Amino acid sequence: MKAAVLVFPGSNCDRDMKVALEAAGADVTMVWHKDSVLPAGTDLVAVPGGFSFGDYLRCGAIAARSPISRELVAHVDRGGYALGVCNGFQVLTETGVLPGALVQNASTEFICKTATLRVETSASDFTALYNAGAEIDVPIAHHEGNFRIDPDGLAALQDGDRIAFRYTDTPNGALDDIAGILSANRRVLGMMPHPERAADAALGLTDGAPLFTSLAEALVAA
Amino acid sequence: MRATVTVSLKTGVLDPQGEAIKSALGSMGFQGVEGVRQGKVIELDLADGTTEAQVTEMCEKLLANTVIESYRVEMGG
Repeated sequence: MKAAVLVFPGSNCDRDMKVALEAAGADVTMVWHKDSVLPAGTDLVAVPGGFSFGDYLRCGAIAARSPISRELVAHVDRGGYALGVCNGFQVLTETGVLPGALVQNASTEFICKTATLRVETSASDFTALYNAGAEIDVPIAHHEGNFRIDPDGLAALQDGDRIAFRYTDTPNGALDDIAGILSANRRVLGMMPHPERAADAALGLTDGAPLFTSLAEALVAA
Repeated sequence: MRATVTVSLKTGVLDPQGEAIKSALGSMGFQGVEGVRQGKVIELDLADGTTEAQVTEMCEKLLANTVIESYRVEMGG
């Protein structure tokens, strides 16, 4: 698997993402936001967490209009894979690659803790190594993680088996307890929790590791 | 020429900041505040000849996220 990790001013989980992908066997290139091309043969574009452009205007809004984000959208339009975590999820919704929006947590507080997620579907190359219904512990760290979408959009996610993860005890007010969603073609995953922070036993949590291994296995021949 | 863009959360989208402001006003003793919605105002200094249609395009493409926000453009001033 060839992966590109996008780096914006203010990204701060980019190297964690690289380490987690490499641990799963990926060949990883870091790509600066002003670059206008992805490395040839990129299978997966990973959009990391952080505070791109200081969260100015809206979280992810400026990053979503960066030169590399046009390439990200083109990559997804070609059927390429993308993973957005935390601020990366916000970027994916701001580009329109994923539906909905992330607004401020209902409590108005920044929440930094380990959340328990329920894996809602194993029918994706991100979640194939989990059992549907399994509960996993993954850290969250966000101020705008409250997922919102209109009723038709929510029905499309529910009916299409596109809700990848739900919180067992929703910390941020997210609609329908949604922690992560898939695109219609199931090749794009956006999630607020940080699987890359739960992918190394030395850090105490490993429930995120199967996500990266699953991707690497699916894309090994791609 | 100046354009003023007012961006607001759409009706029905939870506004935690607005709720916090409402709560604070109540605890300060202000009576009768039945709702608070916090938005943002963006002032654009524009070259002469810039059209409202162009400002509207700016709103659609960047200044507002129309999934959750509505916007109003006022030209001139």
